[in-house]
Amino acid sequence: MMLSIKQQPFRAAVLVLVWGWLLFLVLAPNMLVVGASVMTRDPSIFISLPLNLDAYRQLFNPLYLEVFLHSLYMAATTTLVCLLIGYPFAWALSRVEKRRQILLIFLLIVPFWTNSLVRTYALKLILATNGLLNSALMSLGVIEEPVQLLYTEGAVIVGLVYLLLPFMILPLYSVFEDLRQDVLLASHDLGAGRFATFKNVIVPLTLPGVLAGVMLVLLPAMGLFFVPDILGGSRNLLVGNVIKNQFLDARNWPFGAAASIVLTLTMALLMFAHRLSKRRLGEEGT
Amino acid sequence: MRGLSRSYLALVYLLLYVPIVVLVVFSFNDSRTGYNWGGLSLRWYESLFNNHAMMLAMWNSLWLALTAATVSTLIGALTALALHRYRFRGKKVLKGMLFVVMMSPEIVLAISLLGLFLLLGLQLGYVSLLLAHVTFCLPFVVITVMARLAGFDERLPEAARDLGASDFTMTRTVLIPVIMPALMAGWLLGFTLSMDDVVVSTFVSGPSYEILPLRIYSMVRVGLKPEVNALGTLLLVFSLVMLMLSQWILSRSKQ
Repeated sequence: MMLSIKQQPFRAAVLVLVWGWLLFLVLAPNMLVVGASVMTRDPSIFISLPLNLDAYRQLFNPLYLEVFLHSLYMAATTTLVCLLIGYPFAWALSRVEKRRQILLIFLLIVPFWTNSLVRTYALKLILATNGLLNSALMSLGVIEEPVQLLYTEGAVIVGLVYLLLPFMILPLYSVFEDLRQDVLLASHDLGAGRFATFKNVIVPLTLPGVLAGVMLVLLPAMGLFFVPDILGGSRNLLVGNVIKNQFLDARNWPFGAAASIVLTLTMALLMFAHRLSKRRLGEEGT
Repeated sequence: MRGLSRSYLALVYLLLYVPIVVLVVFSFNDSRTGYNWGGLSLRWYESLFNNHAMMLAMWNSLWLALTAATVSTLIGALTALALHRYRFRGKKVLKGMLFVVMMSPEIVLAISLLGLFLLLGLQLGYVSLLLAHVTFCLPFVVITVMARLAGFDERLPEAARDLGASDFTMTRTVLIPVIMPALMAGWLLGFTLSMDDVVVSTFVSGPSYEILPLRIYSMVRVGLKPEVNALGTLLLVFSLVMLMLSQWILSRSKQ
């Protein structure tokens, strides 16, 4: 578009504002975290020199390593469960008549607009020892005594799946929407069976959606510290709980910063995989 | 096959909505223990409205969400317009940064901002919350407005200019009406994100400005608080209204 001299001041002002905001509130703070992770813990001013890699070494301390691996395990299970529920769900959703789809999508994003803390708390009502699920199972005669559901690993995973499922479904839905029926028919005409079509056509074409969903679920599943706080008790911690404790309670900033850098690197890796899968599709698709 | 996929969809929706329905039903429960049904009652709503700390936190949250949504909509709209109309150096970097903010785990954003605020000696309270909330709302406003601009007929502003409109007039009479629905939708989304946020607020708020999610958080960490059922129901109704409003604005603008 043509630019007249008159609009230059406006343009400059907008660019300065936007860049200023992002540099000051995104780039600078993140640099600070990187810096903090290689400094030494200081009880009074949080961090001080000399530079060292102690914080990263501390990540491999068996005690923390165990917490990290357990958190990763819970996050991975959450992601897998979301994928197993979400993949067929998105597929089925994409084949409903268009008019109904709008309503169904709306119903899917209502929870996203609803306070996540309150929804986690609602799960507590259901999972508690004298809560609804136990009462229901007992009155049906499935169990004799209430079962411990709350404050278990399972409760944390249920909570995370409940909060994050829409984030898996929406990107999957969008790739299934783009999946053209004639491609599937072509595969059929070329003699491929249902399974071969699924494996060789549907899976590769929906892979970017899968990776986007994984990215949107896996990372929050490591960071949403209030879910274990409400549902999981003290033994089922997430990386997010460790980071929060290190920053707000133990005041060990270098260690908290190093833990958060691990999360960021995981994110970068997933983003890279997502880009790669899209690029491959772009080259093969045309 | 068709019936199977229908029932599957229905089952997942059922699971998504059971906890919400339980919450709403239990908010009208007269029982003190919170688990058993003790008849209909509005007592928890009454005790909620008599809880001064809670009411104060609610007003604080509403004011924060209102201002954060407004500021992020203003900056986000300008950013989207700049990305759409101008060519400048580092455009890709700018887009990339917004994308990273949207994707990065909230907790990473939270600690980085806490570090910055403490380094600057900024008192944690309303201002730190506002800066943080605007930052995480910003990318959502930008993509909402960008999506609107992408479907926009480029000939309109050119026609306006050919008819002698100045750049300012063109922006006011052509561009702003076009992006208006996106601005409103972005504002509503920002408002909701701000009202809902726990992770970032936990880090950047101070005792001088208590907000609702943190108040709820400290209440539900131990045991059950029936007042929270009542509050949750009110918040649910509130966000439903906001969401319907936003959908209505977006769908009306498409026609």
